Amino acid sequence: MSIQFKSIVELRAMLDEKSISTSELIQESFELAKKYKELNCFITMNEESGTKKANAIDQNEKGSSWLSGIPLAQKDLFCTEGLRTTCSSKILSNFIPPYTATAVQKLEDAGSITIGKTNMDEFAMGSSNETSFFGNVHNPWKKGYVPGGSSGGSAAAVAAGIVPAATGTDTGGSIRQPAAHCGITGLKPTYGRISRWGMIAFASSLDQAGPLARTAEDCAILLNTMSGHDLNDTTSLSSDVPDFLENINQPIDGLKIGVIKEFNLSDLDPQVQACFEESKKAYEALGAQFIEISLPNISASVPTYYSIAPAECSSNLSRFDGVRFGHRAENTNDLNDLYIKSRSEGFGDEVKRRILIGTYALSAGYYDAYYKKAQQVRRLIKNDFDHAFQSVDVLMTPTSPNTAFEFGSKGTQNPVELYLEDLFTISSNLAGLPAISIPHGQVNSLPAGLQLIGNFLREDQLLNAAHIFQKNSDHHLAQPDLGDF
Amino acid sequence: MTWETVIGLETHVQLSTKTKLFSRASTAFGASPNTNVNLIDCGLPGVLPSVNKEAFYKAIRFGMAVGAQINQTSLFDRKNYFYADLPKGYQITQMDLPIVLGGSIEIILDKLAKTINITRAHLEEDAGKSIHDEFDGFSAIDLNRAGTPLLEIVSEPEISSAKEAVAYMKAMHQLVTYLDVSDGNMAQGSLRCDANVSIRKKGAKELGTRTEIKNINSFKFIEKAINFEIKRQIKILENGEKVTQETRLYDSSKDETRPMRSKEFANDYRYFPEPDLLPVIISDEEIKKIRDEFPELPNEKETRYQKEFGLSAYDAQIIASSKPMADFFEAALQKTKNYSLLSNWLIGEISAYLNKEQIEIHESKLSADIVAMLINRIDDQTISGKIGKSIFEEMCANGSSPDEIIKSQGLEQISDDEAIEEIILTVINENPAQVEAYLAGKEKLFGFFVGQVMKLTEGKANPKTVNNILKDKLK
Repeated sequence: MSIQFKSIVELRAMLDEKSISTSELIQESFELAKKYKELNCFITMNEESGTKKANAIDQNEKGSSWLSGIPLAQKDLFCTEGLRTTCSSKILSNFIPPYTATAVQKLEDAGSITIGKTNMDEFAMGSSNETSFFGNVHNPWKKGYVPGGSSGGSAAAVAAGIVPAATGTDTGGSIRQPAAHCGITGLKPTYGRISRWGMIAFASSLDQAGPLARTAEDCAILLNTMSGHDLNDTTSLSSDVPDFLENINQPIDGLKIGVIKEFNLSDLDPQVQACFEESKKAYEALGAQFIEISLPNISASVPTYYSIAPAECSSNLSRFDGVRFGHRAENTNDLNDLYIKSRSEGFGDEVKRRILIGTYALSAGYYDAYYKKAQQVRRLIKNDFDHAFQSVDVLMTPTSPNTAFEFGSKGTQNPVELYLEDLFTISSNLAGLPAISIPHGQVNSLPAGLQLIGNFLREDQLLNAAHIFQKNSDHHLAQPDLGDF
Repeated sequence: MTWETVIGLETHVQLSTKTKLFSRASTAFGASPNTNVNLIDCGLPGVLPSVNKEAFYKAIRFGMAVGAQINQTSLFDRKNYFYADLPKGYQITQMDLPIVLGGSIEIILDKLAKTINITRAHLEEDAGKSIHDEFDGFSAIDLNRAGTPLLEIVSEPEISSAKEAVAYMKAMHQLVTYLDVSDGNMAQGSLRCDANVSIRKKGAKELGTRTEIKNINSFKFIEKAINFEIKRQIKILENGEKVTQETRLYDSSKDETRPMRSKEFANDYRYFPEPDLLPVIISDEEIKKIRDEFPELPNEKETRYQKEFGLSAYDAQIIASSKPMADFFEAALQKTKNYSLLSNWLIGEISAYLNKEQIEIHESKLSADIVAMLINRIDDQTISGKIGKSIFEEMCANGSSPDEIIKSQGLEQISDDEAIEEIILTVINENPAQVEAYLAGKEKLFGFFVGQVMKLTEGKANPKTVNNILKDKLK
């Protein structure tokens, strides 16, 4: 029986019934990765050590946890000890970390097997995976189309059924938007729910790790393992971690869902809009009620984000200087020359653009007008959400204004065009709130995503609402035809 | 024209925490290059800082000692600039909300007291070290110092001479060592300062244009660098020219200050709040604990030494002025009861030795145990004070115990009456002429007899016993 397109829950059952061994499972996962090499999901494979671990599990395993022997892919910005970690950048193309990120470590400690590191937008800066030094990732649903970004490789690997789930990170939509474009489920948890230790920083106050999987149920399994306070990340939350899997079968009768007044959906592609209306009806049929709610400052989300995120990135990326690790230019005259050449050669255009924007936003004389102002607006946006959650349980929006688009069709002339991809996703990063994207239909044979935004630490509500939806629909079961790859 | 000097000092105190400000790597001085370095200190991708609260406790102790306001909620900010020994490309420091605000330090110069106000004191991490001259054509980076906690103490521009600046730094040194905030070792860079110097016409209200002399690390250099800078600026002003605001370095080999290359300081540091750290909150309980465990300060010790051990005001002040000396005194007190002899030795022989060697007592081979033993042997008349001095030299050289020296060299004092009487009788018998002269009234000859007895006993006879018996026999 093929493992392709199987969920964690299904693979767990196969392993427990011994209809497949861990080694066979992992072997097949590696073979699928090779078969669909053209998708370009992976930058580095972990074949030797992954195979070894699978054999060890087959020999030693007694009781089995949910994740024991389950193949996973890790976004290539999680540091993995001894396994190259590039952030899809030339500047880290030779970087082999001496330590493992907490989120990945927890997944591996629970028995999962990392089969490889996935392609992404360079330093997670992008919404189409087109900024990678290692080339574009194809959307498994249509060759030559973007998978979304920045966690494009992770989303495509799950959508193509190579792995049941993968890790991603989400700074402005980087889990949810590729999940939407690839027709899978992706969760961005509350800021601080999962440790950032070992996650190469883009924008520290916005970055959050999370799972991409075939179902909300699988997302709950991964979130259970990945969550929790980490002494190495003092911004990680010390709040209790409930059993998310245990809590996903609650009735949603009476669930109050807010629809944001300021997002004028009639501007969208009518088919995207139609999917949204269908999903509203589906939720209503399950007993939820809809309330229109106003978030007066939410329209400022994109400019606010594009002041704060580049500012933090301009500082976070200063350590890539060619001195201690990563790419170092040759034939340099002095220290300044070493910096200029190493960074000019090492970073791609989008990363350079954001470093420039951020440096400008933080510079003397502009700080108050940009960075400080943006932080103040961020506070207002957060207050809007706090206010909204006094009258609703979750908020609902499309994940993205559109579905996947063709390589090179967006943002090449005007980067802002691509920045608007993040319109619906960015505000939950600014407010630190959890949000999930689930597939809810197709537009021209390409998946469309539905976003649910939850209150602080209420991933349980999101996962429950998503799971109930998936129990009563089959959008998440749709599989791409991979005949072109 | 008479001129007036205005000086403000930024003092960098390296805090004596065991580990770094944001990592658990050791701060020990003198380790091989790049060994006291972990993932955080070398700024690897994906690492995050964690605050070392001990550094906060030390900063708060300093704040309390200078009567400052303690900000129980304080924030870290990033100061961005590129340099090869700054691993992250930014320094984590405190800009908007420092841990210590205000306070003051009293300095005494020529017996006059003056109060220098403190603007603020904030915590920050130190950078690593660049080594430019050891590898042909290459610079090397040692990150052992990277991340070491510093307390930067900024004074108000209220210092008016190089001598006052030195007095301020000496007061600072005494305070931070007393508080166990820092080891105060200036040669190792644990205490250093930047001096902002400007000149104005006497009585003028406006401040003159200032220059900043960076990184001065000895009392001597502080005085010389500032004096050089004062003269330089006055000369410029007297020529009717203008002082350029700039950062300068003091070159001790040439005894001059000179401008740093403009590139080295023309930075826009792009400060912004450090997003990797939450605000640091110090609880009321923590504040109380720091207050309860507050160390005794020099003036408190001075009073106590006079009261408890009967030391003179002068002796008490000298011993209490240096933390290592006071610690030594208090440790030795556990082993001897002759307080006055102990303090005489500390102020006399021991201080003279330390001055000669230019070291502090904890850097010498002397321990409180062996010094107390020496005091006890003099006190119980096992040896004379004179023999004590010769033993002391050996103690300084080898750190050996007085008892062992006495035993191995047979230096016990002869206090046995009969033995001494026998020797005295020999001396009297052998010097009849002197005895006759003495008895005839030439009393000065008494010293001659004592000398003869000491000669025969190699100085070991108890002088008191000798005196008593001699007087008796020469009646």
